[in-house]
Amino acid sequence: MHVSRRLRIRSFATFASSLSSVSLILISLVLTCSQPASAIPAFARKYGLRCSACHESWPMLNYFGQKFKDNGYQLMNDRDAPIWQNPGYWPVTFRITPIWHRLSTNENADTYSTVGGVSTVTGTAIERITSTGFDLSGLDFHTGGTLEKNISFYVLPSSDSTGSFHFETVMGRLDNLFGSSWLNLKLGRFELDNLLSEKRILTLTGEGGIYQTYHFIPVGDGNIFGQIGDNQLGMEYLGHSADDRTRVSAALISSNDGNVNLTLGSNSYTGFFTASQAFDAGKLGVERLGFYAMYGEAATYYRTSGGIPIPGSGVGNKSFSREGFVGQLYFTHHFDVQIVTQHGEDNAWFGQGYGNAIATDGNGGVTCTTPTGCPPNNTPGTTLPAGARAPSWNGATFEAHYVYSPQLIFIGRYELERMSQQSTVGLASNLGNISNYTIGYRYNPFMTSRAGFAWHNEFDLFHQNGTGPTSPVTGTPTNLTISELLLGFDFDF
Amino acid sequence: MVALLGRGSIFGAPAYFMGATLDGTASAVAEFSSGDQSCRKADWKSPWCNRTYRRFCVGCHGEMGDGNGENAKWFETPLFPKPRDFQLAVFKCRSTPSGTLPTDEDLADSIKRGFDRSNMPSWNTVTNQERADLVAWIKHFSPRWQTEKPGTPIVIPPEPEVTPERIKAGRDVFARVQCWKCHGVQGMANGPSAPTLTDDLGRPIEPFNFTIGARPKCGDTDKDIYRIFMTGLDGTPMPSYADNIKPDEAWDLVFYLRTFMSQHSVEKEMAKKLDLKPVDPNAPPPAAP
Repeated sequence: MHVSRRLRIRSFATFASSLSSVSLILISLVLTCSQPASAIPAFARKYGLRCSACHESWPMLNYFGQKFKDNGYQLMNDRDAPIWQNPGYWPVTFRITPIWHRLSTNENADTYSTVGGVSTVTGTAIERITSTGFDLSGLDFHTGGTLEKNISFYVLPSSDSTGSFHFETVMGRLDNLFGSSWLNLKLGRFELDNLLSEKRILTLTGEGGIYQTYHFIPVGDGNIFGQIGDNQLGMEYLGHSADDRTRVSAALISSNDGNVNLTLGSNSYTGFFTASQAFDAGKLGVERLGFYAMYGEAATYYRTSGGIPIPGSGVGNKSFSREGFVGQLYFTHHFDVQIVTQHGEDNAWFGQGYGNAIATDGNGGVTCTTPTGCPPNNTPGTTLPAGARAPSWNGATFEAHYVYSPQLIFIGRYELERMSQQSTVGLASNLGNISNYTIGYRYNPFMTSRAGFAWHNEFDLFHQNGTGPTSPVTGTPTNLTISELLLGFDFDF
Repeated sequence: MVALLGRGSIFGAPAYFMGATLDGTASAVAEFSSGDQSCRKADWKSPWCNRTYRRFCVGCHGEMGDGNGENAKWFETPLFPKPRDFQLAVFKCRSTPSGTLPTDEDLADSIKRGFDRSNMPSWNTVTNQERADLVAWIKHFSPRWQTEKPGTPIVIPPEPEVTPERIKAGRDVFARVQCWKCHGVQGMANGPSAPTLTDDLGRPIEPFNFTIGARPKCGDTDKDIYRIFMTGLDGTPMPSYADNIKPDEAWDLVFYLRTFMSQHSVEKEMAKKLDLKPVDPNAPPPAAP
């Protein structure tokens, strides 16, 4: 559901002015037209609960919604099995977001001069490319629930904005085995047990619609497998206390970043572990503290045929790790701050670009067609260049919410990713560092148990050191800055 | 913008707080800190008076607490009981005698436990403060809370040791007070009166089926079951037997009912060894001891 594209800018002052104007208009609209929001209305319809019961604000879960999810999308009230539902009930929800957005980034653009009435390219210059216009997000079809008491499922075919579908989530789950909430097993493609769920993110822009901390990869690094924000293929154990205050999980996943058809990591696995404890802080609410850790190996060498890597032939595993703390801190009903930290480290081979030698297209195909067009492959005899070392970094996401009511939420987020050791001696110490700022609000004009609708307005400013266009003057990469404004309807039914 | 701007500016902090405590010693109503707006009386319909209620409860129990939330009409009794009408202030699960108001703890326990075989889930994730807020809010829907005090919780004597004799005695109590008429001679909710049962509002209601592994609505410990005999379930055909059976007999009945339940229990084992037969509905009820 991310919306991204890059075109041309004029001036930041003009932009800021228009942003203010649009925001004021939107706020006025919000204030003048409304009624009494929803997430997966299929669940709401099944149980007759308003979306606010499970969502702090759609789609972000509250502690009751998290328990509902942890129970396998069950209320545990002896009415969870489909046999209790009207036979006409079909647990399907679609979600789509028609929008207007404005995208601006710095690019190398040709410059011209007119000689004798003929326009001629005279060189290049770094300029802001800004585009505005109406657009669509992708389309999600959520279907989930119970097949029988304590056997649940979730299937999510999801398309990009051109209508090209893939399976974002496909999983079956055995819940409460032996009558214990401490024993739940899931198999399929699913979101890792991230307490701050990227799949329930409240923002939608290209850079603001993901958590940078969940996807950070050092510049030139070939390890795409440590992205905890991507849905992964594997199995997961989850255990939780009856009131969900205590949660533990452990997942064993293929090191393939969720790509199907055994093209990547067919011989390598990753473990992802979480534990958290929540406690009742009286009038402040329920506070939760926890940690996560990901340890894995992934292939760096793929056998080749005619110089082209053979999908599924990966060997030469190298290691990587991600660890961090999570805090969900509530300060009364209105204000909360969600914090995720991360320390990441990749093996030196990944740091030199090895890892995704097959340059997968996500469905099992190899996208490089000539040996020289493929990413580095750790073929026999390959040695690391002098000065190569294991890259490591630290990152954090701070996301604050002011929940005026379940119908109106204001969002502010600051993300920072900082390299602590580059993959090669001599690289600029800040190369690849990210700072990302996102603000926005979502207004749900009605709140029922049937459908969800949000008026969404968001601005994101993304900055990364050394990944922008190469300066025609100095010949060195400049910093990349992307800004994006988005507004529109986000709805599901 | 009716719903959002009913009280002040949308950007003005609602700044309410709840003074309720579970022991009922403090104020049990919500108030706005702005002073002149109170949820105590006329303003109780305000959407801002209780955020927790509005977030979790209103879809079923309704803005007015009358059990007519937007989803209530889709609940088809007896499979899905209708939401409770808080305006009537009649509650099934109490520690207090039949006909009296429950204690705050009773209401908080009900919220925390939820009700099996209904759409009311266990709200054990909410904080104690939120539960206290909800109790306060529920209580403000009925004037009964202004004029009556909660009943005094019944005293539950210590649970005696289970013996075969007690189980047999429980069977006699089951026959004497004719539990079988509704619950059936084997606790399968198929007694002759079962199809005719309605709640106080005339809606069909099913007796509890002890054999399907379900949890009784008001708790599944021996103490909970004992309490149900002695307090009854107000608003339903299940009366209080406080005047008909003695405390010891009530414990005997608890032990006998355990023999119906699908879960493994000492009582079941004993009943098996005794080769205990179901009561005979055609036999004259045994006399009270």
